[in-house]
Amino acid sequence: MDIHEYQAKDILQGYGVKIAEGGLAYSPEDAVQRAREIGGHLWVVKAQIHSGARGKAGGIKICKTHDEVAAAAEELLGKRLRTHQTGPAGKVCNRLYIEAGTEIAKELYFCLLVDRSAERIVMIGSAEGGMEIEELAKTRPEAITKIYIEPAVGLLDYQAREMAFALGLDAEIMSHAVKTIRGCYKALRALDCSMLEINPLVVTRSNELIALDAKMGFDDNALFRQPKISELRDKTQEDPREMAAADRGLSYVGLDGDIGCMINGAGLAMATMDMIKLAGGEPANFLDVGGGASAERTEKAFRLVLADKNVKAMLVNIFAGINRCDWIAEGVVHAVKKIDMQVPLIVRLSGTNVEEGQRIIRESGLPIITADTLAEAAEKAVQARNQAVAKAAVATEGC
Amino acid sequence: MAIFIDENTRIIVQGFTGKIGSFHAEDMIKYGSNVVGGVTPGKGGQTHLGRPVFNTVKEAVLKAGAEASIVFVPPAFAADSIMEAADAGIKYCVSITDGIPTQDMMKVKNFLRRFPKEKRMVLTGPNCAGTISPGRSMLGIMPGHIYMQGNVGIVGRSGTLGYEAADQMKRLGIGVSTSVGIGGDPINGSSHRDILEKFEQDPETKVVLMIGEIGGPQEVEAGLFAKEHMTKPVVAYIAGLTAPEGRRMGHAGAIISSAGEGAAEKVAILKELGVTICPTPAAMGATVAEVLAKL
Repeated sequence: MDIHEYQAKDILQGYGVKIAEGGLAYSPEDAVQRAREIGGHLWVVKAQIHSGARGKAGGIKICKTHDEVAAAAEELLGKRLRTHQTGPAGKVCNRLYIEAGTEIAKELYFCLLVDRSAERIVMIGSAEGGMEIEELAKTRPEAITKIYIEPAVGLLDYQAREMAFALGLDAEIMSHAVKTIRGCYKALRALDCSMLEINPLVVTRSNELIALDAKMGFDDNALFRQPKISELRDKTQEDPREMAAADRGLSYVGLDGDIGCMINGAGLAMATMDMIKLAGGEPANFLDVGGGASAERTEKAFRLVLADKNVKAMLVNIFAGINRCDWIAEGVVHAVKKIDMQVPLIVRLSGTNVEEGQRIIRESGLPIITADTLAEAAEKAVQARNQAVAKAAVATEGC
Repeated sequence: MAIFIDENTRIIVQGFTGKIGSFHAEDMIKYGSNVVGGVTPGKGGQTHLGRPVFNTVKEAVLKAGAEASIVFVPPAFAADSIMEAADAGIKYCVSITDGIPTQDMMKVKNFLRRFPKEKRMVLTGPNCAGTISPGRSMLGIMPGHIYMQGNVGIVGRSGTLGYEAADQMKRLGIGVSTSVGIGGDPINGSSHRDILEKFEQDPETKVVLMIGEIGGPQEVEAGLFAKEHMTKPVVAYIAGLTAPEGRRMGHAGAIISSAGEGAAEKVAILKELGVTICPTPAAMGATVAEVLAKL
């Protein structure tokens, strides 16, 4: 789960990280009010969306007057911002963070994350902040310092100092740098955060160390013990279909194709999508119905897949382990009867009680196309999709 | 000899008397697994499914000679149960539990490393279907009947895709020595590479099928190991050709977050390392058959 910049800054401030003065705004009037409260002659109006690279997408505006603040707020609120992280759909901006302008002497990069292969938390820093770390890793990997943290003892002071020196910080702000780094690490551990990025971390002209941006991502598996973090969820930043799925205990990812999928198991789901592609089609979604697929759950999954108006054919591929094919078949028959499906349906069942499952589908009298193997299922789905598209084209011509 | 478990392996179930634990324990017993008891704190002294219940894993090791365990404990308490097993002297543990926090797994891995190698418990999972040595013992939640006994080792992240592979092989008359699920989480007990090492040492296994997916560096590490240390051929399929970058595909670990983690990139690297790639997920059985025919 991701949170907004202003939320991350609020958390980090509690752990001793310095931030510029700022406040939240939901309207241009709010924005001007915040600017007044902050005072000074320079403000930054920042779109709060769950994505990095907001500057490039026009989501960050530097303003010199209250009128400019109002105009920037007017422009950004309700706007969809597209970055390479949001995908083509973009994310809508409903909140603004108004921050005092900072006189920057130096921009640095700092990040903490869980390294999967090392199975440790790694601290990454570079004296060349501001730009994207992926880019820097490609062009100048020697400019990046990585320090691994031993889980049994946690972050040690010498490691924090080592990082601060690698960032090119001088002795004068060393103790605050160590405090900042330690604070970030403590927040990461205490809150089950999986990624914490400050880009840029800046040294101001008055030689202060400030987190100018902050991004935090949290481990979904740990949200049960982080109720305060769970409350920070902003549902407007998430795909509504994926959220509806999650609320029903299903795992769904919307894609651009037109063959809807319902599969059990994440690996088999990915493999089936690959098979559709290899057969010449494009999957409309990833959907893992999980272990105990009851009739009710199956119906919900069907509704979710068919809610995508792009879907021209639907493929069900179940390999029953804990599940039983006869239960799945009953669920499918029940769902098809209840929903009044308008697109062709291809069903492939395998595993526990497969004969019984196939018999139920056959004897239902419904126009369900069945398949025995994964390859056959994908081919039939692509075929059915092509026929449906051709038929629709003929129908349009007829008009 | 298969790897990890056979008909003699003395198994206990952690979370034995719970609904899920009971259901699968019964299945394992029916399959012929040597289940010698289970652990549910506070229910020690009772009998469940005709087997003794113990309060602690230590007690189960002492009184029932437990060597292997399977964990069905809920996510919030699973890490603790795994560490209890390691400390009690269990040699092999499968964690089925899905949803264990990543930092808990970091703690588990760190705890395991404190034991000298010869005393260190091997953990596979979490978030997996378990391990089966067909015809001998099942320590998992898979449908046992789809596996035929034979000489191909399977290691994979996904449960159902592993079933798909075993089913394709069975249709071609190819059997399995042991199939190991390593799970879909970002930090897991054993990696693809760890399991390849075990299969390389197992005289019964002739070929290994590795079923990987997008995200993380494990498949490539396994490919490097195969090239440098294995005499047996490795066949691989990597799921997720169609997965977009930065989106999590069901498994917590299935997310392309950096270069080299996409399916196409992993396939290209593995090919270069001499691993035979299954062109499609429907050709896992056929590809294994071709490789077996060349031996």
